[in-house]
Amino acid sequence: MNLPIYLDNNATTPMDPRVLEAMLPYFNQKFGNAASRNHAFGWAAEEGVDYSREQVAKLIGANEKEIIFTSGATESDNLAIKGVFEMYKDKGNHIITCVTEHKAILDACKHVEKLGGTVTYLPVKEDGLVDLDLLESSITDKTILVTIMYGNNEIGVIQPVKEIAAIAHKHGALFFTDATQAVGKIPVNVLEDGIDLLAFSAHKMYGPKGVGALYVRRKNPRVKVTAQMDGGGHERGMRSGTLNVPGIVGFGKACELCRLEMADEAKRLSALRDKLQASLTQMEESYVNGNVEHRLPHVANISFKYVEGEGLMMAMKDLAVSSGSACTSASLEPSYVLKSLGLSDDLAHSSIRFGLGRFTTEEEVDYAIEQTKKAVNHLRDLSPLWEMFKEGIDLDKVEWVEH
Amino acid sequence: MAYSEKVIDHYTNPRNVGTLDKSSSKVGTGLVGAPECGDVMRLQIEVDENHVITDAKFKTFGCGSAIASSSLATEWLKGKTIDDAVKIDNMDIVEELALPPVKIHCSVLAEDAIKAAINDYRVKNGLEALVEEKAHH
Repeated sequence: MNLPIYLDNNATTPMDPRVLEAMLPYFNQKFGNAASRNHAFGWAAEEGVDYSREQVAKLIGANEKEIIFTSGATESDNLAIKGVFEMYKDKGNHIITCVTEHKAILDACKHVEKLGGTVTYLPVKEDGLVDLDLLESSITDKTILVTIMYGNNEIGVIQPVKEIAAIAHKHGALFFTDATQAVGKIPVNVLEDGIDLLAFSAHKMYGPKGVGALYVRRKNPRVKVTAQMDGGGHERGMRSGTLNVPGIVGFGKACELCRLEMADEAKRLSALRDKLQASLTQMEESYVNGNVEHRLPHVANISFKYVEGEGLMMAMKDLAVSSGSACTSASLEPSYVLKSLGLSDDLAHSSIRFGLGRFTTEEEVDYAIEQTKKAVNHLRDLSPLWEMFKEGIDLDKVEWVEH
Repeated sequence: MAYSEKVIDHYTNPRNVGTLDKSSSKVGTGLVGAPECGDVMRLQIEVDENHVITDAKFKTFGCGSAIASSSLATEWLKGKTIDDAVKIDNMDIVEELALPPVKIHCSVLAEDAIKAAINDYRVKNGLEALVEEKAHH
């Protein structure tokens, strides 16, 4: 077992060696521009892209003509939201999203507001899921788009995407989902789920960084987005720019592997995750954040009360995890996702996200359990709050000297 | 962000962790910060009849830099008179631990904790509380 152990697979994943192998010829042998129509170099590159497009489409149950390659999920999110707003602004100017979305969605929505759009940011329930009745009652005759993520990046909860899509369609709105954390981990099917636009990214599923896609439905209904990048008219005019051929080839290979291995892998990972979670929640005053029934198989977000997340991560120095603690961000604010579940700031400060992946072994999980327990105990020995809790003092009644 | 060696040393082997009897008239206790802010420090001093600090203990809820700042503070306090102790400046801690700008608030908290502990001792022993307060941020 090599240290440190990587348990931050929601941030990014290591590339699968099979993906790397597929990409290598496209750097120096098949290096052509996929848009060069008149020579063998261009054709070889185009062939690689075509095959990849099929693999990417197949993973989400789409047609290959519905895949627009981008630089990643952030670009796909921007293209979907700004592109739909621009394309459909004569129909209406209202977009519905929710507060636990990724910043790429929230900030693209803020941009739309500056352009004259109105955006409703739905709250979530305590378990992190969207309230469907509230969603439906928020729709107006001006609503053109509902955008709700598939699986959450911090707590892993899976939204009722199919039901959300049905509500959007019933009222004539399009449904877009940022499925970056879900695609390749759980079955996602754009037809069965009724998804009109879907964003995802290669590096979250053992592919390379710098490449992603936006699925744009072509039938029932035919959806269009206004291009946000002007140029040579690549990707059916929706995203200009020379294609990142090695990246796209790697993305295709990554999708193919996920499609073939996902079912077994999800079982293996959820067993490991459950083991980790069960062991860690045996400790006093530790809590799982978010819905545990509707959750990605490889994620557990756990708060260890009375210890602070960054301090805790420092004690878990052989584990690469992440925390919702303020100290890990530039803003000095704890995670907005955890706060929107109604978690108090101190519990948000105490959270650790464990993200397992394809290369995580049981031995590593056992080691992580042991290290985490040791770290939590060490920090609780140092914690005045833990001592006060043990003495039976109600911390909510203490008058704190805020600074 | 990488931590300095001194922060890691204090964090891994914190000095003077513990609890003094806060009801004793010789003991001054400072509890500063708030759980919502992600850091709480409790610093305690035991003072002899010559106003010399004979013992110091801490417990801290917070990041590595907050733990290291309070650990360092307890080391510095021992053997000082309360009048000298009050002169410890947060920037001395910043310098000693090589704290980056984003962690300066940890040192401010440690200075506040020192002052709060000294004031608690002073008030308990019929001395005037010090009013000098650092500008909070």
